[in-house]
This record gives sequence, structure tokens and C-alpha cells, in this order.
Amino acid sequence: MNLLDTLLRCAAALVVFLTFPLIIGQTEHKVMAHMQGRLGPMYAGGFHGWAQLVADGVKFAQKEDIVPAGADRRVFQLAPAVSLLPYLIVLLAIPVGPDGFVGQAVDAGLFFVLAVMGVGVIGKLMAGWASANKFSLLGGLRTAAQLMSYELPMVLAAASVAMAAGTLSLPGILDAFEWYWIPWQAIGAFVFFTAGLAELQRPPFDMPVADSEIIFGAYTEYTGLRFAFFLLSEYAGILVVSALTAVLFLGGWHGPLPDDLGWLWTILKTFALAFVVIWLRVTYPRLREDQLMRFAWTVLIPLALVQLALTGVIKVAIS
Amino acid sequence: MSFPGSGLAKGLAVTLRTMTKKTVTAQYPDVQPELPPRTRGVIALLEENCTVCMLCARECPDWCIYIDSHKETLPAADPNARARTRNVLDRFAIDFSLCMYCGICIEVCPFDALFWSPEFEYAETDILELTHERDKLREWMWTVPAPPALDPAAEEPKEIAAARKAAEKLAAAAAAEAGGSE
Repeated sequence: MNLLDTLLRCAAALVVFLTFPLIIGQTEHKVMAHMQGRLGPMYAGGFHGWAQLVADGVKFAQKEDIVPAGADRRVFQLAPAVSLLPYLIVLLAIPVGPDGFVGQAVDAGLFFVLAVMGVGVIGKLMAGWASANKFSLLGGLRTAAQLMSYELPMVLAAASVAMAAGTLSLPGILDAFEWYWIPWQAIGAFVFFTAGLAELQRPPFDMPVADSEIIFGAYTEYTGLRFAFFLLSEYAGILVVSALTAVLFLGGWHGPLPDDLGWLWTILKTFALAFVVIWLRVTYPRLREDQLMRFAWTVLIPLALVQLALTGVIKVAIS
Repeated sequence: MSFPGSGLAKGLAVTLRTMTKKTVTAQYPDVQPELPPRTRGVIALLEENCTVCMLCARECPDWCIYIDSHKETLPAADPNARARTRNVLDRFAIDFSLCMYCGICIEVCPFDALFWSPEFEYAETDILELTHERDKLREWMWTVPAPPALDPAAEEPKEIAAARKAAEKLAAAAAAEAGGSE
């Protein structure tokens, strides 16, 4: 792999990172509006408000960048980047199509991806701690608690797929994929996707930013572009979790069409899952903090363990 | 007859169904709303019908109607007759910053000079400018829609009933005369 190739792959990942979250965000505007009997943005850009998020970005860029007097300046200013960049790095490792259609094939890809995604949450912790604001701190602590309890079922569910495939490499997992994996790993898919939602702090698991209780959690003191970066990281997170679920549990590029169009299948599955993320947000109210914890420890982790056992038994039976 | 999680599925179905339905958003400045007849938008004045009887101004609960008039003497048509006087309307204004849109003035007007118009876009930047004079009130008259048709089983309008009775009486008299001459 020469330098030009590497640069091209990085640039492609960056372009995807900058456009797809915006598409998901715009879809959320529209889907949410129509699910509530509204129209959503209609003016920006002329045609059905397609440029609403561009307009939002321009607005955020114009706003004053305020750092509170009591804040830990460096940490406060660094937090949005720590929150946003891991998703860009994860995107590099997600396979889109067969035969090396991936930013960078990592041997322990699954491990790498889950580890890096955990870093994003540290950005939110930094924001919560450095803001010198009690609501931010509460939000940060809730984020920490949520990460602690949901990372475990997520890793267990991912481990089940790795067991089934016998490899940690993401393209390797997809090469080993068979159609019957979908029913076989269905419980794992549910656990992984739900835990992913909780890690992204998407409704119904958005207690860390519960506006009626703690204003906007860790982001309370942020303004302008730094605030926009946190929002962008949320949508990039939706993209990454949807893409990972599609790759691990729904067969990624596998589909009825010839392998040349595999990338289309990956994107299609990713966006279908992103739609489900939005759908869940519109449908369900926020859980309470203790309900969230109970759900993780008494439902998701046992389910993940059941899936792990099931995978093991069937794997042994097959081989 | 419910399995665990059926409520969650029902919730998802509701939002999905709503998404496929038509939205209820009114795109107001782009699309004018369709208002029902007799919408209480603004009060219009047909000043040709006004006789300055002052009933509207006196019945108005918040005294928002201003009427000025003077008397004019018409020269007698016949040298033996007395000269006639009539009221001439000088000013008719409604202060819409006070008006509470009760419609009593319209109900009370015996000469059908006041009407409800569905026109509602007359916001002003100064409260004083909400007092609209007779020319503006007369202009709004053009926006008054024709009254909606009567219900199929409704009583017929009084003037039509009176005309019909008179016509029937005439016909009966003519028939009686024709019968008597034979």
C-alpha cells in the first residue's frame, strides 16, 4: 500500500464522515416531523429544507465560543475533539465491500473498533468534569455509569460474532458470514444495537442529556462550534453503530445482488438501521436512570450471555 | 392476549402509521388558510346602509366604535311641504385594539351595515394604528363572502316567504275574479 493509496482512503473516510452524519441528521428532522404529523424544515435550500443542517452549521460557526471562568480551559476545549475523532477512526476500519473495500483492514478489527468507540465517551466525561457546572458534572457521571453498564453487553454480543466467525478481523467476519447467522445471532444483534444506542445517549437512553432534569448534561456550558461538534459526534455515532451492527449481524455486503454492488448493501443496511434509531427516538419516552441500569444488568447482560452460550453450543455442534 | 413487548410494538406502529399520513402543518404565509364562512376576522362596514342610528356604538361592550355625524337639511320638494333633515356620517371608526370580536354590533345593526369579514392580516406596528376609519372598513366589505346556503330542511328566508305569500294571494284573487265573472 503506497502513500497515495493511504491518503485516498483517509480522504474517502473523511468525506463519508462529513456527509453521512448530515444525511442522517436531515433524515431525522424529516422523519421525526412526519411521525409527529408535521412537515419539518421547509425553507433552507429551497427544496423541502434540504440545506437545514448547513444553515445550522453556519449559525453555530457565527456564535461566540465561550469558556466559563471556572472551567478547566484546556480540557474543556479539547473535549469536543476527543468526543468526535474516535468515530472518524472507527469509520476507517469498517469494511464497506468485499476485496479490500475498507479504509484500513485491521487484524483485530473488532477489538480495535470497540476500544476506540469507548474513547468517545471520555470526551463527554471530560466535558462534564471541566465545565465547572453541577449539571454538567451530573451529566458526565451519568455518561460514565451508562458506559460502564452498557459496554459489557456490547462487547459480549460482539464476542459472540467473533466466536461464530473464528476471527476478530471485520472483513474476516464478513467472509465467514452465512445467511443463517441472522437468526442465530438475533439476540446478539438486539443486545448490540440497544447497547450501542445507550452508548450514543440516544433516546430512550438519553438520561445524560435529560433536558428536563439536568439542562443538557455535559454539553450545558458549550456554545458555537464546540457544541456543534458534540452534536455531530452524536450523528457520527449513529452512523458507526448502525454500520457496525450491519457488518456484524446483518451480513454487511452480502445480499442478492452481485458482489460488485456489495457496498450498496452495506450502505442500505446502515441507513435502514439509522432509520430505526430515529424511529425509536420518536416512539419511546426517556427511561429513568435506575430503570436504565436495571435494563442493562438484568436484561441485556443475561441475554448477551445466553447468546454467547448458544453460539458456543452451535459452533461446537457444527464443527 | 398480549405478549411481553406488545405495547412497545404498538408504539412503533403508531409512529410509523403517522409518518405515512398527510401532515397537518398549515404553511400559512405560502398557502392561505381555508376559513369557514362567518369567520370572525374583522368587522366591515357597508356605509351606504348606515343611518347613524348609533345602536352599534351604544351596544358595544368596550366602547370601541366611534361615530361622528351631522344633520343636513334637504330643501322641500314641494313648496307646501316642510324641509326634511337626514343624518350624514362623518366618521365611523373601530378601534381593533379594544374590540373583543363579540359581534354584538353586527347583531344589533338594524340596517345590515356591519358584517364579519374573514380578513385577518391587519397587524400593525403601533397600537394606535389599529383604529381603522370608514374607508378601510368599507374596503373590507369586498372581502365579505356571500352567506352560506341554508340547510336543506331550513325555514325559507323571510323575504322570500313574504314574496311567495303575496304572489299566492294575488293568484288566488285573480282566480276568484275569473270564477266570479263566469
